[in-house]
Amino acid sequence: MQSFSYSKAQTVDQAAGMDGRFIGGGTTLVDLMKQGVETPKTLVDITGLPLSSVETLPDGGLKIGAMVRNSDLAHHETVKAQYAVLSEALLSGASPQLRNMATTGGNLLQRTRCPYFRDTSYTNCSKRNPGSGCAAIGGHNRMMAILGTSEDCIATHPSDMCVALTALEATIHVQGPKGDRAIAIADFYKLPGTTPNVENALEPGELITHVTLPAPRKASKQVYLKLRDRASYEFALASAAVVAETSGGHIRFVRVALGGVGTRPWRSHEAEAALMGKPATATHFRAAAEAALKEAKPQSENGFKVELAKRCIVRALTTATA
Amino acid sequence: MASTTASPHGIIGRPVPRIDGPLKTTGTAQYAADFHLPGMVFAVPVQATVAKGTIRSLDVTAAQAMPGVLEVLHHGNVERIYRAVPNDPNATVSETRPPLEDNRIYYWGQYVALVVAETLEQATAAAAAVKAEYSAETPQVSGELEPFAGTWHTVSARGKVDEAFDAAAVKVDQTYGTPVETHNPIELHATVAAWAGDTVTFYESTQGVVNHRNAMAQILGVPRENVTVITKFLGSGFGGKLFPWPHCALAAVASRRVQRPVKLVVTRTMMFSNVGHRPLTEQRFRVGASADGKLVALRQDALNHTSMVDNFDEGCGEATPYLYSVPNLTVTSALVQRNVGSPMAMRGPGAVPGLFAMESAMDELAVALKMDPVELRLKNDASIDESNGQKFSSRHLRECLETGSAKFGWSKRTPAVGSMRRDGKVLGWGMAAASWGAYRFGCSTTVELGADGKVRARCATQDVGTGLYTIFAQVLAEKTGLPFERIEVLLGDTTMPEGPLSGGSWSTATVLPAVAGAADGAIASLLQIAASTPGAKLEGADAKTLRLTEGRVHRATESAAQGVPFETVLQAARLNRVSADSTSGSAFEDPKAKGLSMHSFGAQFAEVEWEPGIARLRVSRVVTVIDAGRIINPRAGANQIKGAVVMGVGMAMLEETVYDPRNGQPINGNLADYLMATCADSPEIDVTFLDYPDYALNSYGARGIGEIGLAGVAPAIASAVYHATGVRVRKLPIRIEDLLQSEMREA
Repeated sequence: MQSFSYSKAQTVDQAAGMDGRFIGGGTTLVDLMKQGVETPKTLVDITGLPLSSVETLPDGGLKIGAMVRNSDLAHHETVKAQYAVLSEALLSGASPQLRNMATTGGNLLQRTRCPYFRDTSYTNCSKRNPGSGCAAIGGHNRMMAILGTSEDCIATHPSDMCVALTALEATIHVQGPKGDRAIAIADFYKLPGTTPNVENALEPGELITHVTLPAPRKASKQVYLKLRDRASYEFALASAAVVAETSGGHIRFVRVALGGVGTRPWRSHEAEAALMGKPATATHFRAAAEAALKEAKPQSENGFKVELAKRCIVRALTTATA
Repeated sequence: MASTTASPHGIIGRPVPRIDGPLKTTGTAQYAADFHLPGMVFAVPVQATVAKGTIRSLDVTAAQAMPGVLEVLHHGNVERIYRAVPNDPNATVSETRPPLEDNRIYYWGQYVALVVAETLEQATAAAAAVKAEYSAETPQVSGELEPFAGTWHTVSARGKVDEAFDAAAVKVDQTYGTPVETHNPIELHATVAAWAGDTVTFYESTQGVVNHRNAMAQILGVPRENVTVITKFLGSGFGGKLFPWPHCALAAVASRRVQRPVKLVVTRTMMFSNVGHRPLTEQRFRVGASADGKLVALRQDALNHTSMVDNFDEGCGEATPYLYSVPNLTVTSALVQRNVGSPMAMRGPGAVPGLFAMESAMDELAVALKMDPVELRLKNDASIDESNGQKFSSRHLRECLETGSAKFGWSKRTPAVGSMRRDGKVLGWGMAAASWGAYRFGCSTTVELGADGKVRARCATQDVGTGLYTIFAQVLAEKTGLPFERIEVLLGDTTMPEGPLSGGSWSTATVLPAVAGAADGAIASLLQIAASTPGAKLEGADAKTLRLTEGRVHRATESAAQGVPFETVLQAARLNRVSADSTSGSAFEDPKAKGLSMHSFGAQFAEVEWEPGIARLRVSRVVTVIDAGRIINPRAGANQIKGAVVMGVGMAMLEETVYDPRNGQPINGNLADYLMATCADSPEIDVTFLDYPDYALNSYGARGIGEIGLAGVAPAIASAVYHATGVRVRKLPIRIEDLLQSEMREA
C-alpha cells in the first residue's frame, strides 16, 4: 500500500508551490492511485479554493475558474450561448456523475485511458517508465492515437473539453513558485516523442487557477461532433471541434481541432489552411479532412480511424457552415 | 393477449409489482458481500500475469510481514482442496481444477496465491507485494478457430445433407462468428465463508444454493450436512454464477486456516478472467433451398473455444434441428482449446450464438431467393420436431412472426438495400425467429399457515433477480386469498427443502407445481382442523365442504365474510401452524410431457437508423413477440424481455472481450473499456406475450422466460444493418470499421 499525506489548501497562494499532487474532483487521480499508476506522497486538496466562478471579462472573453465543475460549465448560460462547442464537448464526455465531480483544471490534466498505461504489470510504458517503450504497439490498439504518436507512446488524449478549448484558442493561467504565467493551449500540451511522461508545460508546484477564452466571434458557428461505438459513456473514436465563419459562401475564419485520434488535443492547422478563403463546399471540406489526416500513422487495429476522422471533420464543417 | 388466463382470484397473470422491490430500492436487500460477520477478515487473490507456463518462484516473505496479514496461501502450503466428483449432476463445478493445485498456469489471471488480512486494504496491499516469477510459454488465445484439424462430433443428423445441398437450386455457404462475451451482472461474485467447528456456512452469490452446498462439501472433504449455503438476493448472474468457481473454495479454505469468517469479493477485472464467459464461436452454415424457398438442406458445423482444463461445449446447435422443416440436416460441433479461463453458460447458451448464425444465414438465403424473410420462415415452419418426430407441446412461431410483422409494420418494408428513409437517416429493418428450450426440474417446497395470520413458503432455490419471490407469493395469494402483506417467501437457504438452480429459464415452471401442491396440502389440513376443532364455528362440518377464501375458512355455500379467519381456527385448535411439504418431479419423468418436444418461441423485429456520412448506426426500435406459455407476471416478464433485448443490442453492436495476443490478458476488463449497451443505446422496445398455456409442462401452463428474449435479437439487428447499409457482418460485434465498408456516403 502506498501511503500518502493529505492536506486541504485554504488559499491559492498557499496551494501554489506546495509540494504535492493537487486533487480536485479526483476522477482521474483517485482512479489511477487505485491502479498504482499514480503514487503521490502528498495530496493537496484544492476543492476549497475560490476558483469556482465563471466571469465575463472586460474584453468580452470568458474567465473560467479551475474548480468549475464540468456540469456547471456545460450548463452555464454564457457558455451555452457563446461557446456552444465547449458546452457540447463537455456534455458528450463521461457520465453525469463524473461531470458533477470533474473540474476544469482537472480535465485539462486528464490522463490517457490506454489500458497498458493503466496496468503497472506492463513495465514497458514510457509514460510511466521513461525509455521503456510502448506496450500498446503490437497490443490491443483499436482506441489508440494515429496522430502525434512516437515509438514510445501511442496513447490517445482522452478529453473532449480540451478539444473544444483548443478550437476556441483558450489560454491556461497558472500560479507557481515563480509567479503567475499564461500559457496558450497550443503550447500547453507536449507531443510524446521520447518523453511521453512529460504531458504538458506545467512546472513543479504550478497550479492551474483559471482558463480564459477570447471574446466570441459573433458571426461564427460552433460545432462539436463526437463519434463512438455506443451512444454514451465512451471516449471518442474520433471527434471534431469546429469554429467557422462564412460570408458570401466562403470561409473567412475557421478553427479545427480533433479528439480521439491524437496524442494531444489536436489542432489541425493543415485543415484550416486548406479551408481559409475557400468556398464552403463538400469538396473543400473533404480536402481539408485529407490534409488533417495526411500524417496519420495507424496501428494494426485502428486504420479505420483515418477515414472516420475525415468523415467527422467533413460533417462538423458542413454543420458549422450550413 | 391471445387468451385470458387470469385465475379466479385474478392474481395469476396479473402484472403485480415484485414483493422484494422496496428492499432493493431502499438498499436493504442483503447480497452476499453485504454480510459482515463478527471477526470477519478479508481475502484477496494474487493473479498470474502469464497465460501459460509454470510458477518458477513465489516470494511471499514481504507480503507475509505486512500489517494485518494473517496468512498467504499458495500451492506450496495450501491444504488439500479436493476435486468435485466428475459428472455428478448434483455437484457441478465451473472449473474442475481446484485452485492452487500445482504450479502450472493455464490462463492469465489464474489464482496463484491468496492473502488473508484484517482489512480489505491490507489484503489488497499484501497481494500486490507477492512476487511471482514464471517460466512463461507463448499462450494460444487466437480469435480464429479455423483451421481446425480435430474431431467433429455429430449433434443431430437426418437425410443426406451434403447431396441435398449440392443439388439445391439456391445456396448459402458462410461462416459466422460470435466473440467472447463476459457475464457482467452488476453484483460481483462474492463469498463469505464462516466455519464453526467442522461446519461451514457460505453467504454466496450463487444461482444454485443446493448444488453449491453439494459441491463445496466434496471440495472441502466434509459431510454435506455440515455445509449451509445462503443466497438471499442475487444481483443477477446470467449463468456465470450457476456453479462454484475457485474463489469459493479459496475463501472456505482460508477461513478454515485462520479460524475466522473470510470475505472474498471478486473484482470487476477478475470477472473477465476467472468466472467464465460465453466462448468464442465459429459456425459454418450451409443452407440449400428450392427456387421457391423450401429448405432442402441445412448443415451447421460449429466450433467453440474452451479452456485447457475443461471441455465446455457451447452447444451452438441447440435450436438448429427443430426450428425449421428441412428433410436433410446435419449439425456437428467441436472444441478448440485456448489459454483462457473456463467458459460458462451465458444467457441462452448455444441457442443465442447458434441463432445468430442460422438466422443470419436464413436472411442471406432470403436475399438470394429475392423472398421476404418473414415469408421464408413461414414457408419453412415445422409442424413437428423433425429431429425426433415428436409433437411440440405448444408451438406458435407462426403467430409470433405474423403478430410481430403486424406490430412492426413490416408490410411497409421495401426490400432494396438503403431504400428506406426517415428524418434524413436511412432505415434498416430486419427480423429473426427465436427459440429456447422449455424445462421443468424437481422441486420441494414447504408451505405453512401460521397462527400469526401469515402464510409462508420455504424453498432452497434463489431469486436470481427476475422475480421468483413474487411468483411464489402470487401462488400463495391465489391459494389463500391473502394479501401480499401477509405472505412471506423464504428462499436461498440450503436448510430448506431443495429447489432448482436458477438457470435455463426453468425456475418458474419448476417451482409452480411444488408451491401449489404444498399450499393445497396445508389448506387441506387447515380445513380438516376447522371441521374438528371445538369453538372454531365450523366444527362438525364435512371438511370437503369448507373453503379458504380471503384468508377465511367458510362453508362453500356461504360467503367468506360468514366464515372465520384461518388464524382463529389455528388458535382455537391451540396450533402454532399447519404446514405441508410437496415435491414435484422433472418434466422428463412426467407422463404428460412424455414424447413431446417442449420449447418457447419468438420473433424479433429490429429497426436501425443509419447515418452513412458519419458511419453512425443506432438500434432505434425492437418489436418482440414471445410464445413462452402462460405468463404468470407480465410486469416481471416484460422486464425480463426488455432487459434481454438491451443485452441483444450489446451483443450485436458492442460486446467483446479482447485478449492481448502476447500474454493472454483480457485487456478491456472493466466497464469503461468493455462496452455494453447504456440506457442511451436502448431502443424503443415493444413486448408482446402470446400467452398460450403449455399444460404439458405444468398445471399453470407456464414455461418461464428470460433467455428467449435475447435469442434472435442479434441476427435481427444484423439483418437490419444489411438492409440499411448493404454490409453483411458475419462476425459480431458489428463495428464502425465494418460499417465504413458501406458504399453509401449520404442518406
